[in-house]
This record gives sequence, C-alpha cells and structure tokens, in this order.
Amino acid sequence: MSTSLLLLLIVLIGFISYFAGRARSLAQANGKLSNLHSLPGYHGSYVAIWAILPAALVLGAWLVAAPMYIDSSTRAILPETVQTQGGATVELALGQVKSVAGGLKRLTAEELSSLENGSANLRSTLAAKGVALAGEGEPYMITAAQHFNAMSVTNRWLMSAVVLLIAIAGGAYAIRNIATRFRARNQVERVILGSLIVASSIAILTTVGIVASMLSEAGRFFTMVSPFEFFFGTVWDPRFSAAGSGGASGQFGLIPLLAGTLYIAFVAMLFAVPIGLFAAIYMAEYASPRLRSTAKPLLEVLAGIPTIVYGFFALVTVGPFLRDISAQLNGLVTGNYQNFIQAQSVVTAGIVMGIMLIPFVSSLSDDIITQVPRALRDGSLGLGATRSETVKKVILPAALPGIVGALLLTASRAVGETMIVVLAAGVAARMQIDPFEPMTTVTVKIVNQLTGDLEFTSPQTLVAFALGITLFVITLGLNIYALYIVRKYREQYE
Amino acid sequence: MNIMSEAAVEKALDQKMNTVPYKMIGKDVSVYYGDKRALFDVNLNIRENTVTALIGPSGCGKSTFLRTLNRMNDTIENCRVTGKITLDEDDIYDPAIDVVELRARVGMVFQKPNPFPKSIYDNVAYGPRIHGLARTKADFDEVVETSLQKAGLFNEVKDRLHEPGTGLSGGQQQRLCIARAVAVSPEVILMDEPCSALDPIATAKVEELIHELRTNFTIVIVTHSMQQAARVSQRTAMFHLGNLVEENDTDKMFTNPDDQRTQDYIMGRFG
Repeated sequence: MSTSLLLLLIVLIGFISYFAGRARSLAQANGKLSNLHSLPGYHGSYVAIWAILPAALVLGAWLVAAPMYIDSSTRAILPETVQTQGGATVELALGQVKSVAGGLKRLTAEELSSLENGSANLRSTLAAKGVALAGEGEPYMITAAQHFNAMSVTNRWLMSAVVLLIAIAGGAYAIRNIATRFRARNQVERVILGSLIVASSIAILTTVGIVASMLSEAGRFFTMVSPFEFFFGTVWDPRFSAAGSGGASGQFGLIPLLAGTLYIAFVAMLFAVPIGLFAAIYMAEYASPRLRSTAKPLLEVLAGIPTIVYGFFALVTVGPFLRDISAQLNGLVTGNYQNFIQAQSVVTAGIVMGIMLIPFVSSLSDDIITQVPRALRDGSLGLGATRSETVKKVILPAALPGIVGALLLTASRAVGETMIVVLAAGVAARMQIDPFEPMTTVTVKIVNQLTGDLEFTSPQTLVAFALGITLFVITLGLNIYALYIVRKYREQYE
Repeated sequence: MNIMSEAAVEKALDQKMNTVPYKMIGKDVSVYYGDKRALFDVNLNIRENTVTALIGPSGCGKSTFLRTLNRMNDTIENCRVTGKITLDEDDIYDPAIDVVELRARVGMVFQKPNPFPKSIYDNVAYGPRIHGLARTKADFDEVVETSLQKAGLFNEVKDRLHEPGTGLSGGQQQRLCIARAVAVSPEVILMDEPCSALDPIATAKVEELIHELRTNFTIVIVTHSMQQAARVSQRTAMFHLGNLVEENDTDKMFTNPDDQRTQDYIMGRFG
C-alpha cells in the first residue's frame, strides 16, 4: 500500500470518526444539547484527532526510521570483501544494490532465473528495462537486492497494518471517552494550542538553524584566515585564480566592503528620508481623501518593483545620464569635456536605491503619522495653531519614535540591498571617499564569491559566510537599536 | 471666601442677566455634513462673561453648534456652515477673517484631556509661543505660572513643570488643557463635555474652576449632566434633533421651562 493511499485511508478513518463521535454525543444528549458539556462538533473533532494524529505521527516516524533499518540490514549481508573497504565503497555498493532492486521488479520470472544462474549479464538486462547501472554489477548484488526488495515489501505491509490499527484504535478509544460531561471542547482547544506553538517554533528554529550554519561555515573560514585580518584588513583581493593551490590565499579585508556598504546606504538615505518624509506629511496631513486614495497606492507600487528592475534603471538611464551631465558641466566650467562622475558610482547606486526606499519611508511614516490621535491635532488647532505649526510642534514630535524606527528599518534594508548595487556601483572593492567613483558592498561580494565553480572548502568561497554573518550582525544591531530608541521615546511621550 | 457674599454676588449677577451684552451672535446657523443636515437655522446668542450650557440628547447638534463658534468644523471633510456668526461684530465666517486668529480669540477644551506629548511647561507655553505673546524666558515663566494658577493647577505641579503633561492624572490633565487654553488669553472658551472622562472629585474641581473663570472669560459648555448645567451655568440652551428648542436663564430652565420637550428631557423622560 503506498504512503499516499495510507494517508488517504487515515483521513477517511478520521472523517468517519468525526461523524461517529458526533452521533454518539448526540445520542447521549438525549435530544437536549445543553446536557452536553461541549457541542457535538467538538466531540466529533476530538475523536477525529485521536484517530488521525497518533497514526500520522507513527507513520511519519516509521517513514524516517524504516529505510534506515532496511539499509543497515542490507549493508550487513554485503560480502566481507566489500565491507572491509568501509565508508564510501559500502555506500556505493548499497546504492547499486538499490538500483538493482528497482530493476528486478520489472523483470519477468524467466529473465530473473537467467540472471540468477549467471547466463545473462546484469547490466545489459537492466539497461534494456530502462535502469542504468553505474558499474558492471556483481552476483552478490542480486541476492542483496532480493533481500532489500523482500524487506521493503514486508515493511510496507507492516507499516500499513500498524498505522491503520493505531488509527482505528485511537478513534475507538476516543469514542469510548465520550460522555455528556466530557470536556471535548477543552481537549480540542489544547490540540489547537499545541499546533500553534509548533508553527511558531518552526519559524524560530529555522532562523536559529540558518544562523548556526552560517556561524559554523564562518568558523571554518576563520581557521584559514585570521579574524584580525578579516575584520581590520584594508585590502580585498581574494585571488580566485590561486584558489585551491594552497599557499597564496589572497587578502580578505572587510573594511573596503563595509565602507562601500555604509557609504552607499548613507547616500541612499540622504535621498530617501527627506523626500519620503515630506511625501508622508503631505499625504497624511494635507492631501484630500480623494488624492490620498489614489496617490498612496501609486507610491506603494514603487515598493513592489523588483530591485533588479531598479538595477536596469540605474545601469541604462541614471548612470549614463549622470556621466553625461557631469561631462557637460565640467565642459561649461573648465572647457574640458571630461566626465567627473563615472557611470557606475556611489551616487548612481545611492540615488537609485534612494528612489527604491522612498515608498518604504513614506508608507511607514504615513501610517505612523495618521496614528497620532486626532485629539492632539484638534487641541493644537483649537489653540489657533496653523496646520504647519501643528505638524512641526505636535504631530512630528509625537510620531518621532515610530518614525525613527521606520528609518532604521529602512536603513537595514539599504545595507542588505544587492541587485541595485551590483549593477549601479560596480564590483571594485576600493577604499575612497569620492562619491563619483565606483565602490562595492558586502552583499555584492557575497554574490561574487559564491558564483563560481569553486568547492566549499577554500577561503575564497567560505568568506561569503563570514561576510553574511557580519551583515546579519549589522542589521540585527540596527533593528535592536531601533527598538531601543522607540522604547526610550515612548516612555517620554505617553 | 465668604459663602454668603458669593451667593449674593451670584444672585445680583443672575438678575442682571438680561442686561448683559452679547459676546457672540449666531443667526440662522445651519450645518451640513455632506448631504446630511445637522443643524436647522439656530439663533443663539452668547452673553459676555457668562457660562452658557448647551444641553440635549446625544446627536442633537449641541457639539456641532459649539464647534461652529471657533470654526473647528473646518477640519472635518464635507462640512458646510451657513448663516452668520459674529464675535464682537466681526463675522467669523468672513473670508477676510484668519481662522488662526479667530481660534486664538475663541479657545477650546475637549471632551477627552489631550495634553501634548511635551512637558507641563511646554504645554502651557505652546499657545503663547506660536502667537508670539511672550518673548523672554521671564515672560514665559510668568504666563505659564498665571495660567496654571487660573486653572488651579499651579500648586499641584509647580515642582514638576518640566515633567511630561501626559504623566498627570485625568483631572489634572483636563485642568492643564484649560490652562493651555487660558494662556492664549482668549475672549471665549468653548468646552465640549469637559468632565465626561473624569471622576466625581476631578469633575468638582473643574466645575469650580469654570465658575471662577467666568469673571475673565465668556464660557460655552456642552454637557450631558443636568446637574452640571444647573451648577455651573447662568444661561442654558436646549437642543433637540438639530433644532434649538429653548434658551433661557438656567434657573428658569430647570424650574419652569417654556417648552414641553425641555421639561421631559430634564425630568429624564428621554435622552
């Protein structure tokens, strides 16, 4: 019986249990629902849960455990000669046995017997059936494969029987429990609570897992390159060509990348914050509802544009435009038509990333500003303040903690942005302060280091994890600081 | 203060009520929210240095009328006011009138205490600051102190003027809002159910304060409490379904009203 059929059967049993539980509770109620502690639906669900949940859990555990057991028992009957070679060879043999086992099922009895007495070649026979073998195949594999197949079949039957039995037993046990005063409702709610907890812990555990894997890979990197060299090095030169040859391992200085990241994020925020904030104030305080209801979604559309599209925009429009206009300006002033802004530069990336961030700033700030109680607005207007005075002196101070939080959130987005920077700022890791020259960021270098065909053992690729964890710490720090600011001001303002 | 003499003064004032000049005159005032008409040709005059109470069941238009007096209805979308309202002969809906100046002359205290998220000092200094009523620090200190004193709050907060106004109790917050309104030296103060969010003790303090403020200001108060109207006001106006039912001396309103509806409302037959 296949797993999906088995699952279907369990669900079917669950269904039947549900109605059985309902019917039994109704029968016990004697036609008066208020006799029951819980509504019939709860009794039904209770029985269904008992039928489905234990069976499903056992099924899941079985599906994980059984193949392991079958593998190890198959491994045990492989010939001495194979077993003594250990590790990889055994696994290879086991893999072959499994493909032979798959192939054996397709053979007729005649073909099988000719294989067993050695008159037919294993590899070619199976190839004719569409099963490709990696090696020539040896006679012991046929016995091992037959053992494997036999165990698989027994396993299937055993699993189906046990799981179905558990489902039926669970349902029966639960049905016996049903009584008028039985608290089915509380039981069902406890199961629901449990599933909520499981769901939230999955999210948290995944995060922990990601961080842990990054940490362990970064740890491997730091055994090859000293942390001091990484965190305080001022030269980024990973020497891809030298990868794997040992000795010359390149220089992995974080500082130029970090400087580029922060510089570009700073320029982006310089563009996005005033524009976004002003837009938010206009939307929240001055715009008529009709204008607001059209303009705000339009502004938010900007947030939905994939960042790679902004990258194109930077590459083909903004970058060349800045380059040409700088050449013209230079020509007008000095007579020398030499551009002083490179097509790929910090400003290009900063401006385009700034445009990308405007809707974040404005949308978040707008929500925060409109949340300022109307009473405060009325109070200020009632004292004869103009709208602008009200905004400056009452609304913005009241909304400040939220706005600061929004800005820090935006900043951590700017720090983590990749696609725009790849296309707009270039990949040259340099340390300089001229905003018209190219620079690069941590994220770009992560992409760079991982898109090659190097194995994950050289510092050239492992450095990506060290960079990743650094970036993670930076954005985590920003977010924690945002929370801290918000808390601090909230104490003062509420 | 001698209670007898206070009562005597009040009686004298009440008897002269019909000779007190009008501070604000409302003529045929109608208010529309979009297509819905909320006030129907209300003719109501507000006498100088008098507490005028506006009473009536919920939704009767009393708050709407109050908000027309300093054009707070301007901040509501789709709200339209017709008719004429004057403040000392100036038509307040005249386009030549600056609404900001009008609101400095006609201050407002709201239903829920709404101190700004600033210090007590800055709350009171807010109005004087935006209207340029004071210049030096000493001027501001004085304005803040006298306003808080007028609001009967100074002694309670004088040691913590620079702590946030939001940290005060509800009653103190409402008196802070009154001090804030007083600091601008308005001629009229509008109060929209100023005690509805306060406990009885805080309410008593605010009522006492309203009583004292009458010497310097003209006060219009919207209230749901009959007792409060009787306690604090000299004139009472009764609204019903957007119409002004009756306006009269408070004593007469509560003892011998002209209109049956007023009688019923005061007796608690509807509302």
